[in-house]
Amino acid sequence: MRHRVAMTINGTQYEHEVEPRTLLVYYIREQAGLTGTHIGCDTSSCGACTVEMDGHSVKSCTVFAVQADGAQITTIEGLAVGSQLHPLQQAFWDEHGLQCGYCTPGMIMAAKQLLERNPKPTEQEIRLGIEGNLCRCTGYQNIVKAIETAARTMAAQAGKEVKAPAAVS
Amino acid sequence: MAISTLIGASIKRREDPELITGTGGFVDDLPQTGLVHMYVVRSTEPHARILGIDTARARQADGVLAVFTGKELASEFQSPLPVTVSFVPEKKYPPHYPIATDRVRYVGEPVAIVLAQSRAAAEDAAERLDIRYESLPPVVDMEKAIAPGAPVLHDELGSNLAYDVKRAGGDIEAAFRDADVRISQRIRQQRLIPVAVEPRGVVADYKPFANALTVWSSTQIPHFVKVWLAVILGIPESQVRVVAPDVGGGFGSKIRVYPEEVLAALASRKLGRRVKWIEDRSENMKATHHGRAQIWDVEVAARKDGTVLGVRATQYLDLGAYCSQFGTFQAIALLLIQGPYKLQAWDGRGIGVYTNKTPTDAYRGAGRPEATYIIERVMDLVAQATGVDPAAVRRKNFIRQEEQPFTSLMGLTYDSGDYSTTLDKALEMVSYQQLRKEQAEKRKQGKHVGIGLSTYLEICGLGPSVATTAAAGIGFWGMAVLNLHFTGKATLVIGSSPHGQGHETPFAQIVAETLGLPLEDIDVVHGDTAIGPMGMDTYGSRSASVDGTAVYLSAVKVREKARKIAAHLLEAAEEDVVYENGKAYVKGSPTKAVTIQEITGAAFQPHRLPAGMEGGLDETTFFNPPNFVWPFGAHIAVVEIDDETGRVQIQRYVAVDDCGTRLNPLIVDGQIHGGIAQGIGQALFEDGVYGEDGQLKTGTLVDYLIPTASDLPMFETESLVTPSPTNPLGVKGIGEAGTIASTAAVMNAVADALSPFGVKDIDMPASPQKLWHLMHKNGGSKR
Ligand code: FES
Ligand code: FES
Repeated sequence: MRHRVAMTINGTQYEHEVEPRTLLVYYIREQAGLTGTHIGCDTSSCGACTVEMDGHSVKSCTVFAVQADGAQITTIEGLAVGSQLHPLQQAFWDEHGLQCGYCTPGMIMAAKQLLERNPKPTEQEIRLGIEGNLCRCTGYQNIVKAIETAARTMAAQAGKEVKAPAAVS
Repeated sequence: MAISTLIGASIKRREDPELITGTGGFVDDLPQTGLVHMYVVRSTEPHARILGIDTARARQADGVLAVFTGKELASEFQSPLPVTVSFVPEKKYPPHYPIATDRVRYVGEPVAIVLAQSRAAAEDAAERLDIRYESLPPVVDMEKAIAPGAPVLHDELGSNLAYDVKRAGGDIEAAFRDADVRISQRIRQQRLIPVAVEPRGVVADYKPFANALTVWSSTQIPHFVKVWLAVILGIPESQVRVVAPDVGGGFGSKIRVYPEEVLAALASRKLGRRVKWIEDRSENMKATHHGRAQIWDVEVAARKDGTVLGVRATQYLDLGAYCSQFGTFQAIALLLIQGPYKLQAWDGRGIGVYTNKTPTDAYRGAGRPEATYIIERVMDLVAQATGVDPAAVRRKNFIRQEEQPFTSLMGLTYDSGDYSTTLDKALEMVSYQQLRKEQAEKRKQGKHVGIGLSTYLEICGLGPSVATTAAAGIGFWGMAVLNLHFTGKATLVIGSSPHGQGHETPFAQIVAETLGLPLEDIDVVHGDTAIGPMGMDTYGSRSASVDGTAVYLSAVKVREKARKIAAHLLEAAEEDVVYENGKAYVKGSPTKAVTIQEITGAAFQPHRLPAGMEGGLDETTFFNPPNFVWPFGAHIAVVEIDDETGRVQIQRYVAVDDCGTRLNPLIVDGQIHGGIAQGIGQALFEDGVYGEDGQLKTGTLVDYLIPTASDLPMFETESLVTPSPTNPLGVKGIGEAGTIASTAAVMNAVADALSPFGVKDIDMPASPQKLWHLMHKNGGSKR
């Protein structure tokens, strides 16, 4: 039995038939062909598959594609605008927040959500906020620094655009 | 001016833009068409005879192209999987083939493969296989495995003992005779599961008419995989190409030729189709090798002033079910126990054991973390027994800088080192004396604070070809090809195969600085055996010192040839020509210079070259270093153990590392951070546990805990630079140092915190339950 699903990923509409058991991460990778979202486990532990779905970060290995029918999805490929990197991407690069880079797309998507909820997190809040994302390479130190740096950049940008501090889209 | 502006600069990595935008290419991300998916059916039994596998129902399942059992594939293998000497030439080992035929020896061993149009179809079909096993008693415990009457894994070996060897130097009897203090301690190195966040994966494409095989694999060693696929499958090596694309971490776990690489290639040959296999995490936990898995029985002879006279120890190494490619590499610990200390004698015995578990092999540090752990625990045990401060015990025993190069009891030559200065620096960073006072205060308040030191010395930079032949069975060297293009741009092909280390940036820095080329004009290529000659790949913190030197020497050779061409163009004598900052000019007339780009243009036009000179500007170097390199440092952990929960909180972690010249400090620090985190994982969280039934009880990331961001503090790092005399750049290695140092630092801190309870040593991981019991249940004494 196959189901027809349709969703918007990074602003583009996708529509496919899927098996009911197809996980969102496989849909994104195999049907939509966006392979920046990775798979690192089968127990919802690692966060490599983290994407944004209707404004919330989700582990896309934990969502069925049929559950995402009609959803708005953002993946790592949807963050940069042309060659203009998202402040988080820029900060991960500047602060050496990645080594092998396998965890990085999920880590950045989790960090994005974290900063949207809490634009000025403390170090401890950042550490707790990305606890669901495993990195085996960096010891997290430069990831934490990158998120701090991005938070500052985003605050500065938001300050330029509007006065109210909460105005992060 | 030009010198040392680029080498030593913290330049951002050129690898990153793709990785941060999701456009990198890991094996599973590569665009591939016409794929057939392979599913590997694995033994669910730790030890059993395979009575039969009925594949009929699976073959008929939807989307299935083929099913092969081990028996059906056996005749295709022209060689078993490789096993290297790895410090134990005496070992006995059975041939290990990629797939079991009539007997299985660990849970996870391949028994059949299913090929289908999708991974899901293959997995569905696998459930329809009827595999009949006759269970045999599993051998799980190492000591029971070598006791008389134990069931034997490999009948042809007669027992489960792979080796029983001695590695000793100095007069151990005299050391113990002269000792005031004698200590015995059993110290465990639990089994660890490497958990690179990207599991392994392979795509294999065999072209029957050309008899040519291309394999993309998530591996640390594409060059070795190429050689061995050729040997095992009987394909000329020239017809095999192996590509390591972006690789999502290795830590030693991708350092061997794996069964699945052979099986995917073989399946592609049998089907004439492109075959893909991606390991899922549950498979990874049992099909990718494990590390450590040792028990050490240690005896120490010391004087009451803290002088350590001698150490006697037996290392029991659990090899798992087969001897893996570098399976006995961890026995290098027997050669390294001495560390940075001046012992009079070392008496080591190594015992290798087969058990019904996943094979063990290199895991970050491979033997050096174990050696460091033992000798650093020994230093603290001596401190505890004599009442001498742990820092003073280390100082008393250190080899002094004037004594370098120092020859160890095992005949190894340390290249350079200044151990007391790194220790002093680390002590100063934590305000050690003050910290000890605070510890005493907090103890009075009922708080459990501990301070742990680890002054490690490690060996890396494989290596001098002769020595590595003894160690690993083949000579090792570094390789780099530097090729300048017509327009003055450069391609650098390196023999190392990074999988997160970021070689491209520092290696480009070396070339840019040596030739004065703009950094962005140098493209760095790696991980494709079709481009450039044989490389020795990446493991054991070898790349910077060995391949990095090859890069440097190739750049120097190019520079020298460029100078000759420039002399000809300038109509000057070669010795009068100065080359700097990408330009050559006659001494005294820097304004009339020819640029490297102009020189390169001339290099491709024979009429513009000196008589007799061949065209082109490309140089290849095979660098065989005269010695290993020996990084060292001092790490200090400060912990507090929660009285109510037993949880260890790392309050400070200070690391002073000396890895010689730092090519790119940003990258060096990143390696240190990640390394420390991994060592802390062993100390506090990670434990690969098997039940008595031979089943892996920690087979998912829910049961096997690796550190998360909230488990770790900010590490405070400092560096000192004692250049290595082993290579012209003065570089050592830093990929594993953090891991080598940190496990001991943290465990020494935990033991220190619990010393008021009479605790001497704690089995890792120092889990909350274990510590809570030590504090509350056993009346304070452990054994
Ligand atoms: S792949 Fe989704 S959490 Fe690991
Ligand atoms: S950078 Fe390798 S797992 Fe995070």
